[in-house]
Amino acid sequence: MKPKIAAQSGTFESSDVIVLIEPLPENSGRKIEISSSVMHQFGASFNRIVVEMLDQYELTDIHLIAKDKGALEPTIKARLETAIKRSLDLQEGTLK
Amino acid sequence: MKNFRNRRTMLYIPGNNPAMIQQGGVYGADSILLDLEDAVALNQKDAARALVRNMIKVTNFYDAEVCVRVNHLSTPFGLADLEEIVPLQPSAIRYPKTESPEEVADLLAIIEKIEDRHGLPHNRMTLHAMIETAMGVQNVFNIASKFSRVDAITIGGQDLTADMNIIYTSDGAGIDFARKRIVMAAKASHIDVIDTVFPDVNDEEGLRKETEYAKKIGFTGKAVINPRQIDIIHEVYTPTEEEIRKAYRIVKEFRANSAAGIGVFAIEGKMIDAPIVARAEYLLRLAKITVS
Repeated sequence: MKPKIAAQSGTFESSDVIVLIEPLPENSGRKIEISSSVMHQFGASFNRIVVEMLDQYELTDIHLIAKDKGALEPTIKARLETAIKRSLDLQEGTLK
Repeated sequence: MKNFRNRRTMLYIPGNNPAMIQQGGVYGADSILLDLEDAVALNQKDAARALVRNMIKVTNFYDAEVCVRVNHLSTPFGLADLEEIVPLQPSAIRYPKTESPEEVADLLAIIEKIEDRHGLPHNRMTLHAMIETAMGVQNVFNIASKFSRVDAITIGGQDLTADMNIIYTSDGAGIDFARKRIVMAAKASHIDVIDTVFPDVNDEEGLRKETEYAKKIGFTGKAVINPRQIDIIHEVYTPTEEEIRKAYRIVKEFRANSAAGIGVFAIEGKMIDAPIVARAEYLLRLAKITVS
């Protein structure tokens, strides 16, 4: 799938993560930037979750920035899902 | 359905706040209420829904009952909430601004369709109806009594006063009739009834007084907006040691007398009959004490 618009989800609060997504031109590939207050302990795991979610939605040409303040895995996944759906204009049951 | 459980406190947690959700179980509230409605901005409903869905699956809320307040079906958010939350089968769905039994019937039909699609039973998750409008107060007995899945009703004081075009005052004058009518509907239906929140988290004495009043007129418990309020409400609702000892003695002697064919008897000169025994049994259930 191809992202239509730049989108974001999450907050800078503790235990949360803010995710920003923007579409890139075709064949640009993925550009992923993750920064986290627990990067040394959980950076690899965070990166794996991001790649799995992008694979799930078949997103290839995308710029993703994630700034993490110690979010747990279910929070990371929820914020990624929300940002991805917003960028694909697939979100339901919310005001845009 | 309608199993006994303590519902002295019901802690509201905003559905889009991961820190508060993951810590929700540690404060000792009897119920946790993950809120997708008023605590979530209109443009963050999708984010909160995904977060609550993911967190319910893995978060340890200890012994607390876990409820989710969804948005009303008349909003663009209500159906999407049900589609995400019903398959997870929290202990209960809390439905805001319930005004009529027809509305509850429509809601339950949608919930049961979703449950059918996921192969889930219709008798596991219950429904808490929030009474927050003058029309809801007028119809509350039919809302409370007609559906086996409705196992609690609650009063929403702020919305109710707004609907009545009056100001919410600390003496609760404007909602006193509604409080008592809602309590009576719950008692007649043998379900729980939860009082509205006390909005001033810094006024501990005011909270204690309002909780004592709520207990006196029959509320099972009280909604909580800050963990600091939990201990005070539990103190008010938890029976004292003296009350427990007295209740234990009443129930024990009642059983012994019943076995001997005696229906009415006296303890220290005071007549003990069925209503007093029933009250003593209720108090022991609150204290989680079994008479051997």
